[in-house]
Amino acid sequence: MSATASQTGAGPAQRVQESMAADGVLTMTLKSPAPAPVDMSPLTPDALAGMRRAKIESLSLCAGTKTVRVGELFDVEGDGTANIVIRRSSPRLVRVGAGMTRGRITVEGEVGMYAGAEMRGGTLVVSGDAGALAGCAMHDGLLHIRGSVGDFAAAALPGARRGMDGGTMIVEGDAGDRLGDRMRRGLLLIGGDAGDYCGARMLAGTIVVHGHVGAGVGAGMQRGTLLLATMPPLLGTFSDCGTHALPFLPVLRKHLIDAGPPSARFTIAERVRRFVGDRAYAGLGEVLVSQ
Amino acid sequence: MNVNGVVIDDTFAEAFGMRATRIVVTAASHAWAYHAANAMVGFATSVIACGCEAGIERELAPDATPDGRPGLAVLIFAVSKDELAKQVVNRVGQCVLTAPTSAAFSGLDAEERVDLGRKLRYFGDGFQVSKLIGGRRYWRIPVMDGEFLCEETTGMTRAVGGGNFLVLADGQAQALRACEAAISAMRSVPGVVMPFPGGIVRSGSKIGSKYKALPASTNDGFCPTLVGVTRSALTTRTAAVLEIVIDGLTDADVRAAMRAGIGAACAIGAAGGVQRITAGNYGGKLGKFQFPLHDILG
Repeated sequence: MSATASQTGAGPAQRVQESMAADGVLTMTLKSPAPAPVDMSPLTPDALAGMRRAKIESLSLCAGTKTVRVGELFDVEGDGTANIVIRRSSPRLVRVGAGMTRGRITVEGEVGMYAGAEMRGGTLVVSGDAGALAGCAMHDGLLHIRGSVGDFAAAALPGARRGMDGGTMIVEGDAGDRLGDRMRRGLLLIGGDAGDYCGARMLAGTIVVHGHVGAGVGAGMQRGTLLLATMPPLLGTFSDCGTHALPFLPVLRKHLIDAGPPSARFTIAERVRRFVGDRAYAGLGEVLVSQ
Repeated sequence: MNVNGVVIDDTFAEAFGMRATRIVVTAASHAWAYHAANAMVGFATSVIACGCEAGIERELAPDATPDGRPGLAVLIFAVSKDELAKQVVNRVGQCVLTAPTSAAFSGLDAEERVDLGRKLRYFGDGFQVSKLIGGRRYWRIPVMDGEFLCEETTGMTRAVGGGNFLVLADGQAQALRACEAAISAMRSVPGVVMPFPGGIVRSGSKIGSKYKALPASTNDGFCPTLVGVTRSALTTRTAAVLEIVIDGLTDADVRAAMRAGIGAACAIGAAGGVQRITAGNYGGKLGKFQFPLHDILG
């Protein structure tokens, strides 16, 4: 056994492919704009496992204060359930992929709030933007947003004490305010900018932002890593610990390259300036700024 | 059996089940990775008194290590999981953590794990940082040259310890030359280490002693200076015997190493002073694994 072979294993992408090979594709095309926000969480590979198309079409979804049948909202094609494609999506589709544990959901278009909330596995890919609270309280799996996300992405559910605590969330565009608020574990990659209070009250985990971040970055953070491409407007409660070539950075870089696109597009600097905080809360989190 | 004038005894090497792990040690240069790894495998020739048997398996190019730096793969063998865990923590803690620029990673993918950085992290005195990357947890421990990066656990596997063969020769120089050639050939076999100094043993032992306190004593049957006074396995023609002990991750690894080593010794042949190849065993009563020399070379 080689040392490098030992570093690898059947990853989420491979498991998804195996699952897809054993099952077909279920395509759901939105017939017309949804009349109200539609809770899509019942339409996950886990929830639909073993169901035939007719059964799926008869399922009820909450749309605002009413319920509608899947068949009334969507044209449903195919018989697979491990690989679901949602076409002509809109921001009125909320909780897409929420709580999913396996399989793959591909969304063509935008989605509303809570996309991938409480995900426990599988892959959710959204070609457009996602609303607020995307990936909140996510536990595992891969959430890939090709567009931008709203506020409180990867944060805690309202009222909860812990945000995202596992898995990987990739946003190719921008993120709103309070990105990773109370984040506990996991990897968050942002290709664009992030709003105010990025990583605030963070407990652990890693956030990488390739663009700029707003004010209040890391406010109240206890642990965790914010890896930023540009120097942020830092709070006075972060202590400058100098510039270093931290040995975990090459490991993270190699992991992202090995994961392939889109992760591989995120470059990790050789040297970073390390700020530790939030010392106002005796925190030992770190804001690492690429040098 | 006779190979190039060298008599191959119709006997077998007897080996034992052990627990093993592979640890990848990296550093800023191969030289510093070697300093760390070499210290880590020091005083690890025999479980009789060292607690474990260990050696450097091979060099790793930067593209074969987790952090893209030059590295070395180290194999450690012990008689139990508990002993292996103790040896790993002590050796990495005292020899790798202390070496400038070094890092330590698991080199073995296995369900059973033993602690690597899980206990060492406390050296960080509360300033240590955990990073979970790709499903593997690493500990960043602040040290005076920056940070020591160490994977939390390393994989453990059931392994084979004590594969061996003995080279009987006309003299010390001839035996040494044959064994050096054997070791050189065996170093290209993956999954094995030869834990003794330079890979070669001159003090083969037998179980027991006339002194009650000693669990093992010199293998008088293979000591050339005792041919006439003990129940010797030698004749007066043999002036030196050297042994090579092999620990491997699998019995196939040990077999491949023995084949490579014996082949290299035989290539020197009778013309080079090599007389006979034999192996150490306990009559097949103690060890789980047997490696018949004729089968290996057949």
